[in-house]
Amino acid sequence: MKKKFKMSNLDCAHCASKMEDAIKKIDGVEDATVSFIMQKLTLQADDERFDSIMKEVVSICKRIEPDCTIEV
Amino acid sequence: MTKNQKIMLGRIIAAAVLYAAVILGTSMKGAEDFLKFPYLFLLYLIPYLVIGWDIVYKAARNISHGQVFDENFLMCIATFGAFGVNEYKEAVAVMLFYQVGELFQNYAVNRSRQSITALMDICPEYANVEVDGELRQLDPDDVEIGTVITVKPGERIPLDGVVVEGASMIDTSALTGESVPRKVQKGEEIISGCINGSGLLKVKTTKEFDDSTVAKILELVENASSKKAKAENFITKFARYYTPIVVCAAVLLALLPPLILGEPFAEWVKSACIFLVISCPCALVISVPLSFFGGIGAASKKGVLVKGSNYLEALAKLDTIVFDKTGTLTKGEFKVSEIIPVGDEKAGLLEMAAYAECYSDHPAAKSICEAFKKTVDSTQVEKVEEIAGHGVKAIWNGKTILAGNEKLMQRFGVNMIPCESIGTVVYLAKDGVFQGAIVISDRIKENAKRAVQRLKTDGVKKTVMLTGDRKQTGEKVAEQIGIDEVYTELLPQQKVEKVEILLQELGGKEKLAFVGDGINDAPVLSRADIGIAMGSMGSDAAIEAADVVLMDDDPEKISDVVAIARKTLKIVKQNITFALAVKAIVLLLGAFQVANMWEAVFADVGVSVIAILNAARALKVKK
Repeated sequence: MKKKFKMSNLDCAHCASKMEDAIKKIDGVEDATVSFIMQKLTLQADDERFDSIMKEVVSICKRIEPDCTIEV
Repeated sequence: MTKNQKIMLGRIIAAAVLYAAVILGTSMKGAEDFLKFPYLFLLYLIPYLVIGWDIVYKAARNISHGQVFDENFLMCIATFGAFGVNEYKEAVAVMLFYQVGELFQNYAVNRSRQSITALMDICPEYANVEVDGELRQLDPDDVEIGTVITVKPGERIPLDGVVVEGASMIDTSALTGESVPRKVQKGEEIISGCINGSGLLKVKTTKEFDDSTVAKILELVENASSKKAKAENFITKFARYYTPIVVCAAVLLALLPPLILGEPFAEWVKSACIFLVISCPCALVISVPLSFFGGIGAASKKGVLVKGSNYLEALAKLDTIVFDKTGTLTKGEFKVSEIIPVGDEKAGLLEMAAYAECYSDHPAAKSICEAFKKTVDSTQVEKVEEIAGHGVKAIWNGKTILAGNEKLMQRFGVNMIPCESIGTVVYLAKDGVFQGAIVISDRIKENAKRAVQRLKTDGVKKTVMLTGDRKQTGEKVAEQIGIDEVYTELLPQQKVEKVEILLQELGGKEKLAFVGDGINDAPVLSRADIGIAMGSMGSDAAIEAADVVLMDDDPEKISDVVAIARKTLKIVKQNITFALAVKAIVLLLGAFQVANMWEAVFADVGVSVIAILNAARALKVKK
């Protein structure tokens, strides 16, 4: 399943690429992009585990850039 | 400015005023008492905290999250270090300038982002649907196929469909970059994303929103940034190593000279702080993708969709361009120009051809059916077999009809009289007996010649045309347009082979582009370094297979997009060299204790801002 999420307060381009790397490493994630310019996260992941993966994604983003929120 | 930016501006002004007050106050007569340790420190701490409390807070918080080497932390260390060596003035100034730079950077990025998203502001918000006798505004997502929607004057067309009532001029510029409005009337197809002119239109939708043109284009452009150019990957990799290395160097710089050479700590801690300030790679990490995105944005303003920064990078190195003929250099509007029967049964020959070709999508087939004018009763036709690159074989009223080129006739051993007319010739045979030929000719696009010339002056070394058409026709078209090499009578798979050969002839960094309309040439489109497809004529498959889509089918746009690609790449290179050079110089000066904090702050945020402003140029297009 592929889904897009809007992100807000993603202020640092370097953080965006760090997030992208970290999200790609989550088990069950097929592909992920964090676009600093569009302020958007595109996540392609296992259908069945999507919700739990998403929780992990949110916590990763919180860790890297605490001010940044993903609008689910 | 956003609310956060305004707050930040307020803080900067307040801190600057306080800072100036402290400097003035402490330099007045009678203030000597305050120049001693805790007082002076505490005085400077006031503007420092006003401007930098959030940085300190974020640094502490991020460390607790395990994120050590971020900008906030580095700025804290640098300014704490400055306080530690009694450089209070500099400590505050560094923080102040850092924040000014950040604010400016934030503002510039937002501006660029807005102008990019404005380009993509083609998304319709609602569709007018008649429910119980009154018009309601529905979400385009909820409109089913076959619904009749009303598009009022000035509204954006929300879904792809066919006009069932009314006529109007529609503005397609958001999609095609073409400023001349297009006339539409009953029975014509219209695509979503265009703006309706002065007439009221009733449109029967043919696609759901997710499959409509506008949704597809938005998806393409948004995903474009995920296909990264080499320059972008280089920067990401570079950033991964750069920061830790500079931070380690800073630690060594602070410790080694004092410990080994017995030099004063204060001086070297200052150098180390300079290193830390410069250690953030943000200027590069922001400006390079921003430039590419700007380039993609500029191209889409011109009506050219580029599906990734990597293709923009490849386009800048374009060396060989291969064109398909039909629909690319020629209009693809075939008209029957001659009917040459063996006997004198012109109408009969046309009828036979129309029946044989009635199932085919080939442009030649369509024009035969068009010329026939009467409706074809397709139940009379059976066992239709399309032989790629040859033609069609079908059974009509029990007779085997062959309709196709010379090769088809040879394949079935039909004795035929070759036709010398220029154009596409469809030979016809009934039960193995030659019946005659129908000539269909196509017209060369008005600007095809100029397109090829412009590409040549832009430095494209070789122009090639491939066509499945006959030698005479192909060569004549190539000559008229000014193409260097032409290969004719090719089957679709032979086009791939030709492109493979041309690819091998290229030098290391040179790139080959193939331009086609996507009918029959999807494999070639994907085999070439850059596949360029005609968007409005071409099928969905072409848009899918291609890397670059020309929305208005104008071949001249290729040289526009090459120019945009070159400009973008130039900006990227400028940014990379500029940022790296400034950082390297300041690092070097810092290591020899020549540079001060101010230069370090410039090398960090100053360079970022300049690089972002430079990147914003990529978005601008010449009209």
